[in-house]
Amino acid sequence: MSVPAMNGLDAQRVTVRLDGRLIIDGIDCSAPSGAVTALIGPNGAGKSTLLHALATILPTEAGVIRFGDDDLLAMKRRTRARTIALVEQDATTELSLSVADVVSLGRIPYQGMFSDESVHDRAIARNALDTVGMSAFAERDVTELSGGERQRVLLARALAQEPRLLLLDEPTNHLDISAQLSTLALLHDLAAGGVTVMAALHDLTLATGWSDHVIVLSGGHVVASGPTGATLTPRLIEDVYGVHAEIIERQGHRPTIAFSPRD
Amino acid sequence: MLTAAVLASITFAVTFGPANITPVDVWGSILHHLGLGPSPLEPLRDSIVWDLRLPRILTAGAVGAGLAIAGVVMQAITRNPLADPYLLGLSSGASLGAVAVLLLGSALLLPFAAFLGAMIALAATLVLAGAFGRITPGRTILAGIAVSALAGAVTSLIIFWTVTGDSYREILGWLLGSLAGARWPAVGIAAVAILVAGVPITLSGRVLDAFAFGDTSAATLGINVQATRWIMLTGAAVLTGAMVSVSGAIGFVGLILPHAVRLLVGPRHRLLLPLSALVGASFLIWADTAARSLFDPRELPVGIVTAIIGAPVFAALLARRRVNS
Ligand SMILES: Nc1ncnc2c1ncn2[C@@H]1O[C@H](COP(=O)(O)OP(=O)(O)OP(=O)(O)O)[C@@H](O)[C@H]1O
Ligand SMILES: [Mg+2]
Repeated sequence: MSVPAMNGLDAQRVTVRLDGRLIIDGIDCSAPSGAVTALIGPNGAGKSTLLHALATILPTEAGVIRFGDDDLLAMKRRTRARTIALVEQDATTELSLSVADVVSLGRIPYQGMFSDESVHDRAIARNALDTVGMSAFAERDVTELSGGERQRVLLARALAQEPRLLLLDEPTNHLDISAQLSTLALLHDLAAGGVTVMAALHDLTLATGWSDHVIVLSGGHVVASGPTGATLTPRLIEDVYGVHAEIIERQGHRPTIAFSPRD
Repeated sequence: MLTAAVLASITFAVTFGPANITPVDVWGSILHHLGLGPSPLEPLRDSIVWDLRLPRILTAGAVGAGLAIAGVVMQAITRNPLADPYLLGLSSGASLGAVAVLLLGSALLLPFAAFLGAMIALAATLVLAGAFGRITPGRTILAGIAVSALAGAVTSLIIFWTVTGDSYREILGWLLGSLAGARWPAVGIAAVAILVAGVPITLSGRVLDAFAFGDTSAATLGINVQATRWIMLTGAAVLTGAMVSVSGAIGFVGLILPHAVRLLVGPRHRLLLPLSALVGASFLIWADTAARSLFDPRELPVGIVTAIIGAPVFAALLARRRVNS
């Protein structure tokens, strides 16, 4: 059932317990490199927790997480931070940092403990900001941005880490439709450039239209995974979310889904 | 430029007060004691410069710098813009530790006891804040107040039972924060704390930057969050303990100066830390000069001066936060 991922992410029997509660229960999952993998599932399914576990910043109770030839759980912190970037679901700060300063935080894994950022670091941060289309905001105060603007700045910070594995928790949260589409298109370009991308998505329409693979999570278990077209079926959506779904495919468009309540 | 301002502050602060000393005299005396040439002053006035004023002013500078650095660290690590060694109970804890050994008669242990007191108070504040649920700025302040109150009460109890007569006034002055007794040993203690804790912290500003978006975010940037938190907070406790042991509990320096500097240069710690240290040094030098000359020949404890300036600023900060959130 799971996709063989020679070069991407491959996790086995990942188990996470928080405050004594079993949140992730021995999950096997994988994300091939060069593709966008969508992580979907109802509220509380464990998507955020799984992403944090895969980013190896949560204590995992058991399991193996491999990325290419590397054992992520055994990797040094700084090396790991140059390999994996995580865009959190709702990260905020009270500090009046400029947008450019926030993006350059992504260069910290490349800097010594006592050193400051170099010209090279600044250039990479500037590039990252440009990639998400936020260059015009470089000097703005990050505490004064809209939710969508901040979301894109945090994506730029993750890109500044130059990760090979990019994990995103609801990256389209707060984004208007145009920004949603351009973000997903950007994720596709990154994947095409060799980055392994995994994103938790609430919007099943976006998942259907824009992901190559899906992992469906429910109650801390993987209930299905595989290529999006074959896996994300009306039947599965009904089983997991309890709503009727119909997948609509039109020539020249990405597929969408129509939902209606189950009676 | 700020370094020059600190040097100028030191020089001019020494000239304040009776005995008519000029800036040239000050440097002449310093050079003399460094073994370079004769002193321009006769022995009595030379002694006022070298034995009384200079060590006191250098201590003020080191204490101001140390408290400002400790404040910045605590604000960054607890993500609480209102954190400072005084408000979170470290200063009271350090005072308690200091008073306890002082009355046992061991001046040598003073800085260590003060550090230990600061450390215990810090741990108590954080545990207490956590016991109410998620650690928020408001809860941390409340917990700090509780810990301060308790440490203060125990300190008063010890003093009440053991101190008599004249030393009562002396110890009270010290508790309120005073540099009146600062001589060269005090300079030594404060300088060592700045060297072992202040300088390394000041250089690792990027590590504090990593906490801007919280612990999880710091972890994704490759920071060992738990270890860093404890190392940094221990550094703040070392600074607080050392400074309290030489000058008592001087409030608000760690809170208002970083705030003012942040308004001017922004929150990046590579800049914020050294500038706060320099501004803190200048500020406390002048606050102490005011404390000893305003009501000459009587002296105010400098803690009263910083509180008179700091408390209204703190109130304004609180009010602004309410508007924001
Ligand atoms: N620190 C914690 N301690 C205990 N339980 C937690 C903790 N964090 C999350 N949980 C629980 O773990 C479960 C999974 O949470 P998680 O945030 O991973 O869900 P999610 O799939 O991301 O949900 P959403 O779609 O709402 O973002 C939830 O039931 C949540 O209550
Ligand atoms: Mg989530």
